[in-house]
Amino acid sequence: MHRYVLKRIILLIPVLLGVSMLVYCILDLAPGDAADILAPDDATLEEKEALREELGLNRPVLVRYFEYMWKLLHGDLGESYLSPVSVWSAFTQKAPNTLKLGLASVIFAVGTSLPLGIYAARHRGSWKDAISMILAILGLSMPNFWLGLLLMLLFALRLGWLPSGGADMGLRSLILPTITIGTGMMATLTRTTRSSMLDVIRQDYLRTARAKGVTEEVVIKKHALKNALIPIITIIGTMLGGILGGATLTESVFSWPGVGRLIIDSLNGRDTPVVTGCIIMTTMFFSVVLLAVDLIYAFVDPRIKAQYASKSKKGGEKKDGEKAATA
Amino acid sequence: MAKKQQQPKLDANGERKQRSQFGEAWHRMKKDKGAMLGLAVVSILVLVAILSNFLLDYDTDVVGMNTKERLQAPNAKHLLATDEYGRDILFRILYGSRYSLSVGLVAVAIALVAGVTLGAIAGYKGGAVEEVIMRFTDIFSSVPNMLMALVVVSALGQSMLNLMIAIGVTSIPQFVRITRATVLTVRNQEYVESARAIGLSTPQIIISHILPNSLSPIIVQTTLRVASAIISASSLSFLGLGIPAPNPEWGSMLSGGRKFIRDYPYMTLYPGLAIMITVLSLNLLGDGLRDALDPKLKN
Repeated sequence: MHRYVLKRIILLIPVLLGVSMLVYCILDLAPGDAADILAPDDATLEEKEALREELGLNRPVLVRYFEYMWKLLHGDLGESYLSPVSVWSAFTQKAPNTLKLGLASVIFAVGTSLPLGIYAARHRGSWKDAISMILAILGLSMPNFWLGLLLMLLFALRLGWLPSGGADMGLRSLILPTITIGTGMMATLTRTTRSSMLDVIRQDYLRTARAKGVTEEVVIKKHALKNALIPIITIIGTMLGGILGGATLTESVFSWPGVGRLIIDSLNGRDTPVVTGCIIMTTMFFSVVLLAVDLIYAFVDPRIKAQYASKSKKGGEKKDGEKAATA
Repeated sequence: MAKKQQQPKLDANGERKQRSQFGEAWHRMKKDKGAMLGLAVVSILVLVAILSNFLLDYDTDVVGMNTKERLQAPNAKHLLATDEYGRDILFRILYGSRYSLSVGLVAVAIALVAGVTLGAIAGYKGGAVEEVIMRFTDIFSSVPNMLMALVVVSALGQSMLNLMIAIGVTSIPQFVRITRATVLTVRNQEYVESARAIGLSTPQIIISHILPNSLSPIIVQTTLRVASAIISASSLSFLGLGIPAPNPEWGSMLSGGRKFIRDYPYMTLYPGLAIMITVLSLNLLGDGLRDALDPKLKN
């Protein structure tokens, strides 16, 4: 198992290198650069050139990229072109806000969709099931920036209960963005919970449990849910991994000072180091969380733990291939 | 899909009706109310998108300003109110279906062609080729879709074609994965082996034997991807990186309406509703197709 973890971490390195190169080079294709943004409107061409020289923008892209990579390999994400801070400090300043919002959304989604999904599965085929599923597919089909604007209109502008934006009012300013992001997550998770519960709900061991006289609540919670948990954990894991990069629109609707808005502002300012740095961090976060989720499986499901054990004996090459196929 | 449905045929004895695989799927889907509703709405939307070009005059009805009638509430003349330049929101939404549908379709077509080709090659060839393709797919898909699309579209510049490219390119990995996975399951079947034995070339085998047998998941994925491509397109336009104003793209209409949301929520409400209805019906259709094409999954 240790070898498996180590292998996954090592495999992460080429992915991150690839991502950084991809983003850096795509951004370099863009017309205009940070010097155009920084220079005053009446700057002469010479002044702009001098600025480019100062920022190092006048050198070929590959030279700049490798210099960037060299620093990155030493743990340095570089400096912002536009503001006098390092990319790392710009990122760490915004990341807690986005993480807070993301975590709250995942909690909201899990708290609402597990009961709803289980409820739908237990009443499969009835109108209760139909209504739950209609709710879920509505949540899935709603563009979340629109939902955010509607929530803002109702609860902030019309009723005045909650602030319409910013992050200054603590928990109160967290509520609307959380529901906005959480609704989409809830929709996916409800559907997964329902179908996963349906898979186990007609298994023989549930009938046995009921025949033994176990109460319905225990049957559902202990016998059914536990066995239906793996797909649910997968989805929750993907959601958790995606929180850093998935809040861009909601952040811009609610003026939430997070990573998503930092990326958009930096894109508009052609601030390549900041954009690349934020995307590398987002990607790394995503991959590490997914790895953690894979490890959690082993704790939740002894069957998978047994697989890890047998795999390290046989050398896990083949299993890895299968994993990628199902991913 | 529906178009490929074949008429039920009578068999040799003239007794039992036999249907083709797609005929069978269509038969199952007809019973699914959600899917049929989705199909109906999608068909209407396609009609609207085609007809709006002939029925509405772009310069006067869609982008023409009429300041005398600005910011009106819904009324008999303007069923869904007017915006800050006095343009009829209903007309703009109807015309806007052209943008959303065409961006969704073209983007997914790009992803479909590239993704299915790469996925089929990776799945059929295996070895180093597969390794290279899948590692690139990993790199590409480890960046969140929305961020990748943002980066691509801001590098290429703001236009409808670039929006299609950005969304299309970011949707490639899903198609690569799904095609590869299904190709892997059929590649060792006996009919593929016999095709190889009679001397067909690799592209021939992939195109005429492997892909038709791995079509179902690809069809389902395509439908659902069009839905999410439409959301991505309107999201990017909402952020000001998609189709530029004054074109009535739903996302950019929404974004334009934000300033007036307190007193004239119509400008925000209706375009969003249009996006939701479109995406909802595509999702319903996609779900129905999945159940119909793969009855094993439906319990």
